Amino acid sequence: MATEPLLTVENVYFAIRGNPILQAVSLQVSSSEIVALIGPNGAGKSTLVRIVLGLLRPDHGQVRLRPGLRIGYMPQRLTVDDTLPLTVQRFVTLGTPASRERVRSALAEVGAVHVLNTPMQAISGGETQRVLLARALLRKPDLLVLDEPIQGVDLTGQYELYDLISHLRRRQGYGILMVSHELHLVMATTDHVLCLNRHVCCSGHPEHVARDPAYLELFGIDGARRLAIYHHHHNHRHDLHGAVVAAKEEIHG
Amino acid sequence: MDDFLARALLGGLGVALAAGPLGAFMVWRRMAYFGDTLAHSGLLGIVLGMVLNVNPELGVAVTCLTVAVVLVLLQRQRRLAADTLLGILAHTSLSVGLVMLAFLETVRVDLVSYLFGDILAISPSDLYWIWGGALLALAALAWLWRPLLAATVHEDLAQVEGVPVFAVRLAFMLLIAIVIAVAMKVVGILLITSLLVIPAAAARRFARSPEGMAALASGLGCIAVGTGLWVSLRWDTPAGPSVVIAAAVLFAVGHAFPNHARR
Repeated sequence: MATEPLLTVENVYFAIRGNPILQAVSLQVSSSEIVALIGPNGAGKSTLVRIVLGLLRPDHGQVRLRPGLRIGYMPQRLTVDDTLPLTVQRFVTLGTPASRERVRSALAEVGAVHVLNTPMQAISGGETQRVLLARALLRKPDLLVLDEPIQGVDLTGQYELYDLISHLRRRQGYGILMVSHELHLVMATTDHVLCLNRHVCCSGHPEHVARDPAYLELFGIDGARRLAIYHHHHNHRHDLHGAVVAAKEEIHG
Repeated sequence: MDDFLARALLGGLGVALAAGPLGAFMVWRRMAYFGDTLAHSGLLGIVLGMVLNVNPELGVAVTCLTVAVVLVLLQRQRRLAADTLLGILAHTSLSVGLVMLAFLETVRVDLVSYLFGDILAISPSDLYWIWGGALLALAALAWLWRPLLAATVHEDLAQVEGVPVFAVRLAFMLLIAIVIAVAMKVVGILLITSLLVIPAAAARRFARSPEGMAALASGLGCIAVGTGLWVSLRWDTPAGPSVVIAAAVLFAVGHAFPNHARR
């Protein structure tokens, strides 16, 4: 495993018309590491992602990518205009020309092979996220950048998607930078959390961040309490009436 | 067939052929009003062409491209909404063109033929311009196809994947400018957008792939040109508007059929 980080962001500043969006932000992502970026709306998460991707240039500071690094990017949301007839197969190969077999296996890896020939407009939000992930995987990336990968996905789907992402990290050794709006969602899968609110409020192991006063202040006591709910270990589940049923599998905690 | 009729048909078909695929991209990128704005600035291009004593097609293409670049730069300011900017530029450039035209007392200009087209007056040299421009635009579009399609679906994603999005967008605008310049003679600058947008919109229902929709749009555009021209001869209607109405009828008829294309 390479010791050199895939991505280094050093002391980045960014402002829009004198209004500071990011101040003194630094972060690193290495291979096989999942770094999560959390923070409230307007915290500058997407701006930081755009700087990492080279879509925006920082006012100060720098972004260093390991030479020859390939980035797979999964944008926050994607809607294909209704007027554009585009199947999933075509969409996935827009970025990287690939044989039908490779497309099939990339879609199989994310559990979306059943929509291969479906128009992009006819698949669900969760399927769209999986298809986007498949398109990123086709590029054989070293680093995956996922901007709110679970948006528009129901709760079960969210955990499935995070499971898939951590599975990919284990199997392929990708470095992963992902944005999320809530800590509890990324708790189980993440190695390193950066809590962002225009500057880095706190960072470290998710357990550590969850107890940090800066985190509690940023997300309020409600957020912290919700975290506690998700934090304890489950050995059972509740049905709709609250009765205890045996757990099928452990997905978080 | 009379010579002027053959030239009218040939010219119209050339324009329709190039307008189909370009119009499809305009529909996908929601740029109909943008195209309209460029076309409106075409009159300014004609007048500038007269003042500088260059070919009007060249004047139109250069002016359209300039307006397109100005628009792109203004849109980066993000202070005014895009459609407001378009509204300002479209009618300002048209008005500047009209006022400048009024100053050119020495030149007699048939304004109506520029605004609504004069397909029956297409000369052999016009035909060279039309077919040269149309084939050039089609060849360039074929070359641009893949990156342009990727940028149309999601600009950021395309850029991260290595598409030079800004250059591709600029190249696409250049192609629109070329098509507007060559289509001016056929339907006039006020009706050009319809020849770009209506056949593409009519093709959507029957298309399963982007390429299919582009090809079908070309075909429907050609049918509209033929039909419009025939109607114009038969009932002595203005040719440019007749072509546009034929395209609109094709659109309406297409939508009257039950939808078989899988959604």
